[in-house]
Amino acid sequence: MKTIAISALALAAFFTANSANAEQLNVVCSNEQAWCDLMAQNFKIDTGIDAAMVRKSTGEVLAQLRAEKGNPKVDVWWGGTGDPHIIAANEDLTVATGVDVSGLLGWARNMTEMTGGRAVGVHVGLLGFAYNKEFLAEKKIAPPACWRDLAKPEYKGEIQVANPNSSGTAYTELATLVQLFGEDEAYKLLAEIGANVNQYTKSGSAPTKAAARGETAIGIGFMHDMVKLKKEGFPIEIVAPCEGTGYELGAVSVVKGTPNLEAAKKWVEYVISAEGQSPGLEVGVYNIPSHPDAKTDPEAPSMASIKLIDYNFATYGASETRERLLARWEKDVKGAGGAVEN
Amino acid sequence: MTRTTRLWSSVGLAGFCLLPWYIVPGGFWSLSWLSDLGNQGASGLVHGLTGKFWLVAPAIALLAALILSGMRLSAAAHARASVAAGALGLLLLVGQGLMVLRQGSRFDLFGDVSQAGMGAGAFIVALSLLFVMTTGISGLGKGRGDAFVTGLVGLILALVGVFVFYPMAFIFVQAFQLHGGAGFGVSEFLPRLFAPTTWSLQCLVGHGYCGPAVNSLALALLAGLGTTALGLAFALIFTRTSFPLKKLLRVLTVLPIITPPFVIGLALILLFGRTGTVNVLLADAFGWEKTRWLYGFWGVWLAQMLSFTPIAFLVLIGVVEGISPSMEEASQTLDANRWQTFRRVSFPLMRPGLANAFLLGFIESLADFGNPLVLGGNFNVLSTEIYFAIVGTVADPAKAAILSMILLAMTLGAFVAQRTWLGKKSYATVTGKADNGQHASLNPTLKWACYLTALPWAAFTLVLYVLIVFGSFVKLWGYNHAFTFEHYEKAFRIVFRNGVHFVGAAWDSYFTTLTIAAVSAPLTAIVGLATAYLLVRQRFVGRDAFEFSTMLSFAIPGTVIGVAYVMAFNFPPIELTGTAIILILVFIFRNMPVGVRGGIAAMSQLDKSLDEASIMLGANSFTTLRRVILPLMGPAMLAAVTYSFVRAITSVSAVIFLVSARHNMATSFIVGRVENNEFGIAIAYSTVLIVTMLLAILMLQAVIGRRRLRRADRVAA
Repeated sequence: MKTIAISALALAAFFTANSANAEQLNVVCSNEQAWCDLMAQNFKIDTGIDAAMVRKSTGEVLAQLRAEKGNPKVDVWWGGTGDPHIIAANEDLTVATGVDVSGLLGWARNMTEMTGGRAVGVHVGLLGFAYNKEFLAEKKIAPPACWRDLAKPEYKGEIQVANPNSSGTAYTELATLVQLFGEDEAYKLLAEIGANVNQYTKSGSAPTKAAARGETAIGIGFMHDMVKLKKEGFPIEIVAPCEGTGYELGAVSVVKGTPNLEAAKKWVEYVISAEGQSPGLEVGVYNIPSHPDAKTDPEAPSMASIKLIDYNFATYGASETRERLLARWEKDVKGAGGAVEN
Repeated sequence: MTRTTRLWSSVGLAGFCLLPWYIVPGGFWSLSWLSDLGNQGASGLVHGLTGKFWLVAPAIALLAALILSGMRLSAAAHARASVAAGALGLLLLVGQGLMVLRQGSRFDLFGDVSQAGMGAGAFIVALSLLFVMTTGISGLGKGRGDAFVTGLVGLILALVGVFVFYPMAFIFVQAFQLHGGAGFGVSEFLPRLFAPTTWSLQCLVGHGYCGPAVNSLALALLAGLGTTALGLAFALIFTRTSFPLKKLLRVLTVLPIITPPFVIGLALILLFGRTGTVNVLLADAFGWEKTRWLYGFWGVWLAQMLSFTPIAFLVLIGVVEGISPSMEEASQTLDANRWQTFRRVSFPLMRPGLANAFLLGFIESLADFGNPLVLGGNFNVLSTEIYFAIVGTVADPAKAAILSMILLAMTLGAFVAQRTWLGKKSYATVTGKADNGQHASLNPTLKWACYLTALPWAAFTLVLYVLIVFGSFVKLWGYNHAFTFEHYEKAFRIVFRNGVHFVGAAWDSYFTTLTIAAVSAPLTAIVGLATAYLLVRQRFVGRDAFEFSTMLSFAIPGTVIGVAYVMAFNFPPIELTGTAIILILVFIFRNMPVGVRGGIAAMSQLDKSLDEASIMLGANSFTTLRRVILPLMGPAMLAAVTYSFVRAITSVSAVIFLVSARHNMATSFIVGRVENNEFGIAIAYSTVLIVTMLLAILMLQAVIGRRRLRRADRVAA
């Protein structure tokens, strides 16, 4: 009986050792780890508030916010693609902060307007593709320049793209093509490209990385990821599709029911300021910041130099559109075959 | 018996009157509640008298038990009174916890009331009510009238109930959720359960994909068989041959188990991927087309073989070692040759080990998440499908729940098959009788068969690990092989200026991970081995169901457990999210089955006559457990502690939803780096973790040590 008593006491210790401490800000971050850490560090230096940081993918954060609804354990959600932020706003998981966004670029203000102030735009990432130049040179295949090029038979088994059912990046691509070519035409093209696809990956950034390492010839993804890989020394070239391309809109949201609303507001104000956004270059963040005065890299894609579509976030971020498009993708694109190992 | 009842009911009442009933901010051990006894630190008694009247009910049950135990009644009446008081108290305690919410009460039972999550006071009251009840049950003659046995059964059942079944209930309710949040019903459940996309066999008949259920099953069967066979080969080499490099082999067999997820997958890609070293060499030498064969079934299988063979080995070595040499000697005395001895005597005696090793390999493969994610390609398995049903572009918790049920059904099937194969035979060979033979060495054919399968495998593992360490010291693995300390410096920089500052990016999660692993490992082993003891040594009603319930958590994919824990433990009555406790708990209950399996395998070899001798000499079952069984359980204990320590450091899918800003874990940090293509720092961190775990294992081995079954373990040449 003695040991039971002892272990009971030990267990009691664990049950009750709740180390909640109200003076901190809990941030969940969907950007790259280094960027998450750097921002938290700078935030502490500039505001004196200690921000505890954990990195999770947007899907994980959304799942967590839903599970914790009504009693959230995080205060702010920073980064990641905008769609889940919009969904969170629509599901009443986040709260409007009333932070002044008048100094930001137009698309960031639109994001705020669209969500009733619940999500504020922090960056834009442009969609494109990357090819492994060593591989294409060795095979003597001309590099692609347009979305339609990807359907050419010479790329058979050489294209990699994520599965839109699991990846927001791939969903952005699907929605972009639909907006670019009209729905029927887009699915026809996707099925043709599908015949060349060697693998539908789970993660949105995996195809780009696979292209960098030569595991596939062409990968579709966000251009800022590609810039980073190129600068690291991988033999890839970045292509902005000639027909025009779509983009993701990264955001920051404050979780509804947070006990630290004031500190959370300060975080939002900080990450949309030029001082907050500029240091991103130090850790290889090459997306386009929402503050016009934030520093950018000359090699990074800019919105001025690339043909962009007018991406309709309200329509294509809505759950009904999403489910319909994805169901059709499953039937018309994945069901049509493709994704065969060569 | 009345003494025990009196003790526990007094402890419970003391807890009710003195300890804070609800969780206190800052934690119990900060003792800050002592200065705030009227409010945050208020005990159940104070709350009960100031409006929260429902808290008094469980205490009344304790008081009743205390008073009744002091009355002159027959032993049977005492026992019945204890059972009634304990059960009623527990019912009231659980009932109020589920009825009174954070805000308001269910069905408006108590009107507009509120309460926080249960704290130390509630915990002590619950525990004493439980023990009052189990003591009563033992008084009724159950569990051979042994209060220790019934108490242990009750405790483990309660723990499994709260930390496995309660959270799982949240998930299974989801399975019946109708599309678009239109309430609950069964109309969509069956069509989705048998959906052709899940069960498709198209890949067998020609073009198309097989369903994830089919894929998972095929993969798990092959992985289970493969790891068991390889594990057996290693175990035989260790115990039945005089192979010179056993020490090195031992390290190699342990390495994969202590490797954080993704690392083996990454190394395999760099070796066998389309532009991997081996592939390029072959392409250059023979002009072969560089293919992507690694991405799919065989790649995942290879990675799983590398990862899970050590588990089979750890289970099997205890069993193979434990087979009494007298049996083998008897066989040889009866003129059997070495092959016949192995085939007819040793091998059948290994069956519990083989069955357990297969079961573990099978379940591990089913629940594996990291390897299919990295190497799966277009080969989808249930665990990844479940993950993406929860975190994918369209969240579909109902689909996740249904797929989890399929996964569980497969585990149940394997479990039943294992039981059937083992049957009701006895495998005990370690008895109290004099036993000082030597193990028969293997017959030459078998020996070489073992060498030829295990040694190339070991060499392959070695190459892989050399490559991993190499990868952590070069600038850009695969492209720029200039030597650098950069990755280590980024992760583990220490600044010595005005004291010591751990400024590296990895330190935080490193310390958290080690602390949590160190706390959860011994607890896991204790719960696991105690359960094994009950299962093997005690007879009680519902033993099989009890056994299955303890295996359950292992079979549920980590993602599902993670989400279930968040859903169940984010609100009163038990509020644990955002704490380190929830991580510790998830590890205990996820890894406990390994302790249970290992314990069962080892214990079924110990003859019951040992316990009986001890009991006859006047020891009670607790003393017997402590003085006779535990000392013989060295390897099983070592396996349980080691395994749970390592798993706490390396598991990823369960913790990804449970880590919080203040309690981040190493794996979740590494996953982030891998996603961001920062392989260098991910591998550097993994290397440090591997070295840490190796040191810890060596220490454990030194502390727990080997059991001495005979005067010497020798192998005849």
